Amino acid sequence: MTHLSKALIVAAGLLAAACTNPDRFGADGAGGAGANGGYGAGGIGSDVIPGSPNDPRSPAYFNQTIGDRVLFAVDQSTLSAEAQSILDGQAQWLQTNADYLAVIEGHADEQGTREYNIALGARRANAVMEYLVGRGVAPNRLRTISYGKERPIEICSDEACYAKNRRAVTVISFGTAGATS
Amino acid sequence: MRQFFLVTARGALSLLAALVLAVTAAAFGAVSPAAAQDGPLRIDITEGVIEPLPFAAPDFVAENAAAQDYAGRLTQVVADDLTGTGLFRRIPREAFISNVTSFSSPVAYADWKAINAQALITGAVSLEGDRLIVKFRVYDVFSGAELGEGMQFAGTADGWRRMAHKVADQVYSRITGEGGYFDSRIVFVSESGPKDQRAKRLAIMDYDGANVQYLTGSGSIVLAPRFSPNGDRVIYTSYESGNPRVHLLNVGDVQSRILPAQMGNMSFAPRFTPNGQGLLLSSTSGSNTDIYRMDIGSGATTQLTSAPSIETAPSYSPDGSQIVFESDRSGSQQLYIMPAGGGEATRISFGPGRYGTPVWSPRGDLIAFTKQNAGRFHIGVMRTDGSEERLLTASFLDESPTWAPNGRVIMFARETQGAEGTSSLYSVDVSGRNLRPVPTPDGASDPSWGPLQ
Repeated sequence: MTHLSKALIVAAGLLAAACTNPDRFGADGAGGAGANGGYGAGGIGSDVIPGSPNDPRSPAYFNQTIGDRVLFAVDQSTLSAEAQSILDGQAQWLQTNADYLAVIEGHADEQGTREYNIALGARRANAVMEYLVGRGVAPNRLRTISYGKERPIEICSDEACYAKNRRAVTVISFGTAGATS
Repeated sequence: MRQFFLVTARGALSLLAALVLAVTAAAFGAVSPAAAQDGPLRIDITEGVIEPLPFAAPDFVAENAAAQDYAGRLTQVVADDLTGTGLFRRIPREAFISNVTSFSSPVAYADWKAINAQALITGAVSLEGDRLIVKFRVYDVFSGAELGEGMQFAGTADGWRRMAHKVADQVYSRITGEGGYFDSRIVFVSESGPKDQRAKRLAIMDYDGANVQYLTGSGSIVLAPRFSPNGDRVIYTSYESGNPRVHLLNVGDVQSRILPAQMGNMSFAPRFTPNGQGLLLSSTSGSNTDIYRMDIGSGATTQLTSAPSIETAPSYSPDGSQIVFESDRSGSQQLYIMPAGGGEATRISFGPGRYGTPVWSPRGDLIAFTKQNAGRFHIGVMRTDGSEERLLTASFLDESPTWAPNGRVIMFARETQGAEGTSSLYSVDVSGRNLRPVPTPDGASDPSWGPLQ
């Protein structure tokens, strides 16, 4: 993980967001709304298209510009400096956009037994949740779930894929605390 | 399917006295048939020669025209069961000198001895309406005597494969002195689709892959089903409610329900208590996963571990007094044993690598596990004190061992490497011999071997 620069992580997030539908597991939200946005990760100009990745209030901005996911080292749930930086951005966005909830999904790569990977994914999701709460996000807006090794986004059996599968993804949805479980 | 009854077709017990098949205590030894040219017909489960015992199984005699089709198919299943163990070799019928045209005719021992058949299995099948009757006898060719008594099974015609498995279980049991395992079923996860969109559903089948039935749809992730001790129910993990939760399914009517009172926001890795009235499961709160016991009737739960680490994959000893489980409290996944009520745990795995998914043998003597070391996965066994570890398999990804009812064979799931990787089931002898794929219509994982029916 430490060998990856933040830019690479953001790029990975962009790619992932571009080829998967973040709400395919039923987190009924606006998460997918901007998934077909461009790579407008640059500054916010006067020609901001509402809902696009360069509209700071949009889910697309959260998913792509800030980055909806953080990556982990093998068998670890420690947040790297890069991960913390992304989560700082997520926390800030969630505080600005109080009408969103988030489910944090923990995932593991395929190198591990099924049960252990579920527990490991839970650790990763929980590490993210605790960090966001520490940055001021109300705990009742957050929920965690682990998919263990059941939902890889990359399918090769190499470290290049494993590194992207060892992740915690913050899936946002429009709603207020108490409105959903 | 439980309407079978058993009738002894012959009363001559005297032959058996010399052929009493002592159960060999050497559970850890290699399985090998002794070439019993001089002594009674028997395969000793000990270290020794690995030479499958040759047997002849002429097609069972059809006692009426309606039974003709069943007779051939039944004989084939009996033979497949036996040869599938790796302990027996079927002599092709082209080698036969004489044939068996009547179940009651005297056996021409010399003709079978001449082709080196050590065992001869004969049978007869009749079909009256929907009622199928199967009779069989086993002969020790070199002793020139029948091995055990003739037997008869009766049932409905659609249960013909089970009747064949029952015959094979009898033959296996008489020759090895071990309990059989052919008339048993497997519950597993049927998998389809690519790795990043894999659909999973529960399925049940005979131990040899026949008669697959699906128990759930593939709308949500289902994991790691486990049979109840008598095979009437299955517990499994499902994401149907949004979070992973343990569900209970009745095999008879395929009705399932989520179990009540599950702790934390996730629960998984269930396994029945030996009496079938309760279960163990893992529940996660925050980052911490611990093991709980739940009474199925009342939903009452008891917390059995309380470490800040991951404790999961529990499995009872057959007598219910102890639990083996995995924990990373030492910094990596290792195996531990604790009393059934919880309390201090003793670590039993000390080799290189990580150990998970321990399963206690139904005989009580061994624990099967998944081991991960140096980029490879293994299915292995060790004694319950952790000694005499033996790795039975090696591959890119082997996991989820489950024991045959007699504790002699282990089934597990093997996933192949790469973007096109798929999972399928295999079985292997506890000796490490006879690694065989178990056929399934699609991908398959997380097998659980049910009891002898």
